[in-house]
Formats: sequence, C-alpha cells, structure tokens
Amino acid sequence: MKVTIKYFGLVAEAADKSEEVLELNGALTASELKIQCLNGLAIADKDSVQIAVNQNLDDTITIKDGDEVALLPPFAGG
Amino acid sequence: MDKKKPKKVFVQGAIPLEKIANSVANHQSKTNIGAHSIFLGQIRADEVEGKTVTAIDYAAYEEMAEKVFHEIREAAFAKFDITCAHIYHSLGKVNVGELCLFVFTSSAHRKIAIEATNFFVEEIKARVPVFGKEIFEDETHQWKVNK
Repeated sequence: MKVTIKYFGLVAEAADKSEEVLELNGALTASELKIQCLNGLAIADKDSVQIAVNQNLDDTITIKDGDEVALLPPFAGG
Repeated sequence: MDKKKPKKVFVQGAIPLEKIANSVANHQSKTNIGAHSIFLGQIRADEVEGKTVTAIDYAAYEEMAEKVFHEIREAAFAKFDITCAHIYHSLGKVNVGELCLFVFTSSAHRKIAIEATNFFVEEIKARVPVFGKEIFEDETHQWKVNK
C-alpha cells in the first residue's frame, strides 16, 4: 500500500524533506509507522513528535492504503 | 450569525495593526455587544546562550490547522455566550515586536468575552499544528516549543 508522509518543522529539517510517498507492506499502526519514519533521524526527543493519520492524532489507528500521515513536532502557535 | 461562516485564519507575515482597528470598527453597528476582548501575541526577543531572537518563521499543517481552528470555534460558541469571535495567526516570517496572533471575541458582558478569549488562546497554543523557527541575529535558529 502507498501512504503519503508529510514532515513538519524540526522533523522536516532532520529528514531533509517535507513530503514523500512510502510503499508499505503488512499491517502496522500509526505508532509503529512513526518509529519507522523517525528511525535514523537526528531528533533529540522523538517522544515529543506526534503522528496524525488523516489529520487525526490517534496513534493506535491501523494505517490503510492512501492515508495521509503527518509527523508533527511540538506545537508553537501564538 | 457569523458562527457558521468559514473563516480564514492564516495571514502571511505579521498581523497589520490596522486589522485590529478595522475589526473593532466592523462591530460598532452590532449594538447588542457590550464588551470586546482582544489578545495580541507579539514576537519576543528571547535570549538563548548569548544570542537574541530577531524573528519567528511560522509554518503549519494548514489543512489540519484549519480543521482544529474550526473545532475550537465550535467549542467556544457552545461554552460561552459570545456574539462573535475572530482569530488571525501569522504564517511565514514575523519580526520581533510584530504581532503573530490576534484573538477577538465580543459579548454582551465583559466576563464572558474575557473568558472566551483565554479559552481560544490556550486551545490554539495546545492544539493547532503550527511550528515556529526562532531565528537569531547570526541566521542560526532553534525550534520554538509552547510551554
């Protein structure tokens, strides 16, 4: 299945990209996908990064074909 | 009421001061309003290890941010007896001393407007996927985190 991954802020900086399409095999949860995407990136506090699946912050969701996934560092609005 | 109208929240660059005066002027014909409450977020020249912040460059997951702004609006209208509410947030570079967030609520009475504005500001800071790169005078940067 194909999933679009969007990177923001310090995650985009560490990954050196803002978006990519990943080809995934087998069932995995958002939480597992987050670990896979952040693996190898120079990010000090990976626990502070949240994953949104189709704009939903629940990391227990099972990833489906065509999902839009976003890796979100701590929010800094205002 | 303007509760259901789609609202454009993001503004490119600093929020112009005229927007604040214009927002007040636009509500002078609504004579059931007795109180406006305004919050203005301004970029602070924080010092970090001897370097001074000169600007914040804002980015957002815009589609999700618009959705969350809408949810916050709906929650605020359900919770507080406000007449109207307007939110503007910057995207892109905003220099120290300039404005990056403008929350404007109106109600018949002051307490409700003040409480509603506080609610908006706290919810926006906690829930909206906006990211801020704090730029120092030597062009290095660090990523802002809301406390």
